[in-house]
Amino acid sequence: MASTDLSAPPGRFPPGRLAFPHRDLTGIGKLARHEILYLLDQAEQWVALNRQSAKHTDLLGGLTIINAFFENSTRTLLSFEIAGKRLGADVVNMHAATSSVKKGETLIDTAITLNAMRADAIVIRHGSSGATGLIADKVDCPVLNAGDGQHEHPTQALLDALTLRHALAERGEGAEDFTGLTMTICGDILHSRVARSNILCLTALGARVRVCAPPALTPQGVEAMGVEVHHRFDDALDGAEVVMMLRLQSERMTGQFIPSPREYRHLYGLTSKRLALARPDALVMHPGPMNRGVEIDSEVADLAGRSLITRQVEMGVAIRMACLDVLTREARGVEGWA
Amino acid sequence: MRQVQALTITHAQLVTPAGVVDGALRCRDGVIDALGADVAPQDGDEVVNAKGKLLAPGLVDLGVFAVDKPAFHFGGITRAALMPDQSPPLDLPSRVGFIAKSGKPDLWVHPLAAATRGLEGRELAELALMQDAGAKAVATGRHWIADSGVMLRLLQYAAMLGLVVVTHAEDGGLVGEAAATAGEIATRLGLPAAPAVAEALAIARDIALAELAGARLHIRQVTTARGFDLVRTAKARGLSVTCGITPAHFMLSDLATADFRTFTRLSPPLRVEADRQAALAAIADGTVDVIASGHDPRGPEDKRLPFADAAPGMAGAETLLAMTLGLVRDGVMDTARAFALLATNPATLLGVPAGTLAKGLEADLALIDPDAPWIIDRRKMEATADNTPFDRQGAQGRVLGLWKGGVRLGASA
Repeated sequence: MASTDLSAPPGRFPPGRLAFPHRDLTGIGKLARHEILYLLDQAEQWVALNRQSAKHTDLLGGLTIINAFFENSTRTLLSFEIAGKRLGADVVNMHAATSSVKKGETLIDTAITLNAMRADAIVIRHGSSGATGLIADKVDCPVLNAGDGQHEHPTQALLDALTLRHALAERGEGAEDFTGLTMTICGDILHSRVARSNILCLTALGARVRVCAPPALTPQGVEAMGVEVHHRFDDALDGAEVVMMLRLQSERMTGQFIPSPREYRHLYGLTSKRLALARPDALVMHPGPMNRGVEIDSEVADLAGRSLITRQVEMGVAIRMACLDVLTREARGVEGWA
Repeated sequence: MRQVQALTITHAQLVTPAGVVDGALRCRDGVIDALGADVAPQDGDEVVNAKGKLLAPGLVDLGVFAVDKPAFHFGGITRAALMPDQSPPLDLPSRVGFIAKSGKPDLWVHPLAAATRGLEGRELAELALMQDAGAKAVATGRHWIADSGVMLRLLQYAAMLGLVVVTHAEDGGLVGEAAATAGEIATRLGLPAAPAVAEALAIARDIALAELAGARLHIRQVTTARGFDLVRTAKARGLSVTCGITPAHFMLSDLATADFRTFTRLSPPLRVEADRQAALAAIADGTVDVIASGHDPRGPEDKRLPFADAAPGMAGAETLLAMTLGLVRDGVMDTARAFALLATNPATLLGVPAGTLAKGLEADLALIDPDAPWIIDRRKMEATADNTPFDRQGAQGRVLGLWKGGVRLGASA
């Protein structure tokens, strides 16, 4: 794979802490456009490092990062763990299933406990919207949101943006941001924190975003976030340059939202035939985990040159390295940040 | 605690149903003996000079979730109707009888009988026995009764007993686990949300059933434009339908829930700004009959949680009066009507001889400085918990003195 260096020229961002004046990363909604671009730019060095055989630095040597996951996760947890380890930090994973959360300890008490262990950064995933912000208020170190309920999943949106930026650059369509790009996000928008973070991130970077879902899975008022709302997938796909598919989040559904997976595929499954409605070389994305044969067909998911799904995973490690680096600069006494 | 010495409060602005009049009020043996411009203290009376401040009926707070005497007294509340959502629920005569005596002598608690056993919405509770034990009305509790057949039988039975049925107006099927009103704010926050029309659906059904049963229906909180329209129409048709609201819903919109402030997690949830404006219009045009605190003190174990996991409710007793007087200052209504909503109407609904400054009624009195400024500060509250959504807001209106049955409470100025 070609190594594309999209690093910012010097002077593009304000110096030191002014480039990213946040202690925590709780959501894209709290970031300005230039702060998003800064994180993307900061990730480039890690994209390059991760493609070498020796993928280790000691930048965060001696720091302790706790991944506190109150909700099951495979790829995000692994991605954060690898990111921390490649930066040389001591990474500890806490799984809710084996923690005292099961014994009735409150979220706040857990946060205070983690804080007392003097973590240098805490990565939180929790099933309730706003949980990360609640913990951030109670601890002394940076908190990174790895997904809170149906609210936000900021590193996912950042890694999607980074993936897209690379893919477009390789096609010779690279630009500073996504101005003019038409992107369709289809799936369970109502229950998806990935959709919310991506809508915020992509619109901040200038993309035209369409969301597509059956009415019951379309959150009321989502058009106020600056997106076009569609219920018919064929219309939503028309001329789209990027198609992002989301899975049905059955674990967050109370009651029935769609009659059956088969019927869902009939209306909203991304098949090769449907993909042909988008721009001829349209790119395909999916944050995973995929339900092949439901929201996306295997031949689309594995479409060489157009499916970015594995690339998203790759970029995930780089973006998380960038976030951990940037957010721990104050603690590490980096000049201009401490 | 009985009144032993007659009391005359002079130089007061008396808040009467006809308006605010300068004069004095005399009470004896716990009841109001005389009031008006020509009333003067008699020999042996204790005399209090009101120095031109408002003398109003003590507030009658219809629908609180906890008996919280210091907070009630701070807020000028002398009677509170307690919701049946207690642990255990007020669904037995013995529990109702206990509660009916619990606040005396300095606070009268009027229990609202649980409409159904365990508040489960299935079997009617022993309403007649609870009425004899002191229940002043019947309430469905924090939720509506989903089964329309049960609801109809409840209304018919309560109508026979002459009891008002106090309902919660949210269609449970639409609401589910929702913690917010569907719309832009809930979508941005990713909160489980229900459409605002859940309220109108419940109100429409309950009005239809109440009409069929010939029952008196009081919808404890109406919070949406469509809900107010339904109540307005029902009243115009002469039905015995009344409704209430709490200050949160006329002061705040769902914008206040941004940043996941759990003190703004309420039931029903905060609505959009247009609904808040509709609430102000409904207060102004007489559609709303009662303003209540909905007092529901909740400690950190219920509130220091992610928004959707937190318990709904606010500690409202201390801010009820000041927030309502704010509407008077804003020209939404006059002082006399404010106290109709805070005291007279709820007393009438409960059928208790109080809530109005009138000869022969209980001498439950609040001496109020309607202009006294103060800052609402959750760290300095009298309530058993600090969950006010109005923290750090400025307010005007303080209680200077409070009398229950002619006896002065506490040692306030």
